[in-house]
Amino acid sequence: MNEKRMTEEQHFEEMIAEESICIADNLVFEKPETLLDTPMHYCPGCGHGVAHRLIAEAIDELGIQDKTIGVAPVGCSVLAYQYLNIDMSEAAHGRASAVATGIKRVLPDKYVFSYQGDGDLAAIGTGETLHTCNRGENILIIFINNGIYGMTGGQMAPTTLPGMKSTTTPFGRDVKIMGNPLKITEMIAQLPGVYYCTRVAVNSPVNVRKAKKAILNGFKYQDHKKGLSFVEIVSNCPSNWKMNPVESNKWMEENMFPFYTLGDMKVPNLNLPSESKGE
Amino acid sequence: MNKELKLMKGNEALAEAAIRVGCDAYFGYPITPQSEILEYLTREAYERTGMVVLQAESEIASINMIYGAAGAGKKVMTSSSSPGISLMQEGISYIACAELPCVLVNVVRGGPGLGTIQPSQGDYFQTVKGGGHGDYKLIVLAPSTVQEMVDHVKLGFELAFKWRNPVMILTDGALGQMMEKVELFPQIRRTTEVPEWATVGKPKTRERNIITTLHIEADKMQEINLHLQKKYKEIEQEEILYEASGCDDAEFVLVAFGLVARICQKTALLAREKGIKVGVFRPITLFPYPFNELNKLADRAKGFLTVEMNAGQMVEDVRLAVNGKIPVEFLGRMGGVVPTPEEILQTIEEKFVGELV
Repeated sequence: MNEKRMTEEQHFEEMIAEESICIADNLVFEKPETLLDTPMHYCPGCGHGVAHRLIAEAIDELGIQDKTIGVAPVGCSVLAYQYLNIDMSEAAHGRASAVATGIKRVLPDKYVFSYQGDGDLAAIGTGETLHTCNRGENILIIFINNGIYGMTGGQMAPTTLPGMKSTTTPFGRDVKIMGNPLKITEMIAQLPGVYYCTRVAVNSPVNVRKAKKAILNGFKYQDHKKGLSFVEIVSNCPSNWKMNPVESNKWMEENMFPFYTLGDMKVPNLNLPSESKGE
Repeated sequence: MNKELKLMKGNEALAEAAIRVGCDAYFGYPITPQSEILEYLTREAYERTGMVVLQAESEIASINMIYGAAGAGKKVMTSSSSPGISLMQEGISYIACAELPCVLVNVVRGGPGLGTIQPSQGDYFQTVKGGGHGDYKLIVLAPSTVQEMVDHVKLGFELAFKWRNPVMILTDGALGQMMEKVELFPQIRRTTEVPEWATVGKPKTRERNIITTLHIEADKMQEINLHLQKKYKEIEQEEILYEASGCDDAEFVLVAFGLVARICQKTALLAREKGIKVGVFRPITLFPYPFNELNKLADRAKGFLTVEMNAGQMVEDVRLAVNGKIPVEFLGRMGGVVPTPEEILQTIEEKFVGELV
């Protein structure tokens, strides 16, 4: 058996060494330069991987790898800095937007973004989120909302849907006891400091394209110096929702999307001549 | 060049020193008795040097803004008073672990709890022994005059960048509020130098910089800890500062830091008028602590009296240093009460002189 496997491996190596399938003309899909070749720790089917890729693609397309500083949160994406080939800072739980504020205030011409989950951004870090948005810091906040605490093993998040089960709402979220899910994106959208606010998803090719556009906008709008860009990505958590990736996407579409409606909440008026620069 | 002398309030002198040392950013939140620092900087700093001054929504936010801006390699500072410093402890632990240079200022007020706005030294343990989680050390400077409030800002930034370590200036409400003559140092230009470890955007020519305190593997985390401990040992070798006055011939030595050391100077004068030879030993750095110097002093003196504005915190380090060679007595006032020179002298007479007669 062993010998046979060796032979198969050798055969495979020979195959991929063949010039005919390795010529650049045949490549239709590449890893973005800003995305590192590190195997991700994310569960199969999780939206984080796609979201990371979109950030890397956006940074590549804008050519701002050398001018971008990212802030990773506490939560599943705590190790985001292992996958993106840019300078990054890890933040304490909930404080990513304060850390990003500190960086942007001393490096106003650099591109700064934070990448935060729902527990980080909308529970323990609500104060920082609200005030960073309200000050209109010229940064991009990417908010991954999967309605659950993933890293700690599936506890209730501020965004857990009514009736939704988690390890701390084993009978489903009872809003009379646990309160209602917090629509923080709708809250911050009305703040004058917020320049751009949108909710997207990465469950289908068309939504991935929209999400990419939103992230690109979030970086580009930092040039305008007119306020904060906020991109919520409604995502899934197959492991803690106890579903396979396909089921979790379906569940998200049927349950999350009606509650967390996708679409723009605030877009800058770019028709004004003074604001058209850089577009 | 003529000396630049001014009559200034402690908090304002400290703020002025921050501008002059070329500080890049200050993030803070109002709390008595140190709000003048934020007020002075919002009034003066930006126009003069372009320094960023931002009033944060909380002390938690300000310490994390410090973490971000310090990570960008800038000279950054925050200040607060006891309850606010308690709120910052998580962030301080992160900053110490990530080895980010910055200057923190605690204008201590009486605690525990909301306490009082009067001066205290009740945060010695919090500052010197930890405060936040895990094994880390701050370099701690304890000014005893408004002049030192100025000098320690400059020294603080030098030490912070030399050792890539947060520096805490541990002062109190009285030093923050009182006015004294100070000599100011000339304006230092803000530097454009970028430390090699700073997160400022990754050029093609180097690997990415990551500022993190997360190392899931135990072996790696132990490595980080061993590295920090090694650094702290080196700091103990190189950076101890203290002031010993009248200690050479002293039978009894008053050991005190900050404001209380000045009160003890007056006690020493009163004692010598009475023929009691009293000296004053003042640790200026509380970490690193002058353990050896105190130990040597215990070979010559008959007794130490540690005086503090707390229930007895630094006295534990004095006893560790003396290691039972001679008696170490303690006098403490709490909750914003300041000890008088007379009561300190009375304690010396009761504890030591009385026994010898």
